[in-house]
Amino acid sequence: MQQEVILAMLAKEPSHGYDLRARLRQALGPLGDAMNDGHVYVTLTRLEKAGLVSSEQAAGLPDRPDRKVYGLTAAGQERVTGWLAEVSWPKPDLAEFHLKLIAAAAAGLADPLTIVDAQRRELLRRLRGAQRAALAEPDGSAAGLLLEGIVLRLQADLRWLEACERNWTPRKDPS
Amino acid sequence: MSDTGASVLRARGLRKEYGKGAGLVRAVDEVDLDVASGETVAVMGPSGCGKSTLLHLLGGLDRPTSGELWLAGQRLDRMGERALARLRRDAVGFVFQAFHLMDELTAVENVELPALLAGRPARTARRRASALLDRVGLADRARFLPSALSGGQRQRVAIARALVSDPQVVLADEPTGNLDSQATVEVLRLFEGLHEAGQTLVIVTHDSRIAATADRLISMRDGAFIDETRLTGGSTGNLGSLAGLNGLT
Repeated sequence: MQQEVILAMLAKEPSHGYDLRARLRQALGPLGDAMNDGHVYVTLTRLEKAGLVSSEQAAGLPDRPDRKVYGLTAAGQERVTGWLAEVSWPKPDLAEFHLKLIAAAAAGLADPLTIVDAQRRELLRRLRGAQRAALAEPDGSAAGLLLEGIVLRLQADLRWLEACERNWTPRKDPS
Repeated sequence: MSDTGASVLRARGLRKEYGKGAGLVRAVDEVDLDVASGETVAVMGPSGCGKSTLLHLLGGLDRPTSGELWLAGQRLDRMGERALARLRRDAVGFVFQAFHLMDELTAVENVELPALLAGRPARTARRRASALLDRVGLADRARFLPSALSGGQRQRVAIARALVSDPQVVLADEPTGNLDSQATVEVLRLFEGLHEAGQTLVIVTHDSRIAATADRLISMRDGAFIDETRLTGGSTGNLGSLAGLNGLT
């Protein structure tokens, strides 16, 4: 995930690291469970070195050891604006899989249908996990929306695998 | 019968042929299957792979050409017509893609019909049917005709009907095939609920979402099982990487 995500969260108001962490968890739901808490602090340090954020010491509380409040610099503000305008969509690596099937078939190394089946098994396992997590989210949950996106992408990938299967199934001779 | 173990459904060398000579088609070709009590099994495969024919054989709607088949401990392939009809009525719940509701009966009348045909008292049948409609979230639609219900609601009525005899197994043929995505989610929730309640389910489908509710997935091609896999073990750790959260973990 991009540093810009952390940066953009500071656009609302200057915040403590733990505040950002809590907001990330809220938005990610169960997907945030595996999040490494140190990541936010590492990222903030990097952003500060790059001059995109600046920090101030704040009066600490006994149960909140981190006392730095981070805010955007002018350069940081500009970067956030640029990032929001950017069109970036993760590219699934379809070409690699496609070329794998072609190479396997050409060399007679493996049956493309076996490779398709293995891929489908893995995708369906992930779909099962995503779907269960999505169904467990209450209506209107932010994390539920993210999980729905994962479910839809997996479905699209599975549909493409069906097309791969049709393509690589040996044609029967009409008799 | 003790040799069926804990399997609700058990098939050995199940085969269904149509036509003869050069035109012979093996719609189901030497299928072995065990479905344990409480298990959800999905069968996926391209159209014409024989999965619907298989489901019809498993539910006693059609007779195998050869092979052995047990349902709820009883041998189906040798059973007489009347005994088979009784077993179908008492031990199997069917859910079809096209719902197959009676248009002239209300929702609650559709649900109670199998119980009435099985000779249950009218009041018992009605009470059970009403409770099931409540379970599928349609208590307030009990007196509606199917024509006044949405596709998703009709399928939920059909699912309630499939459960009215407390069947040993529910057999579903493309249960989400005619539904939009919102109605599909409603049916998904219901199937997940049935699964958690310990209902044994066999689903044949194209729809990866409904297949993903299964414990076990079987791929079928040209009438035969070619691949089988357990789907349990999906974790949100994997999902994070799917959502592009790699850098956070």
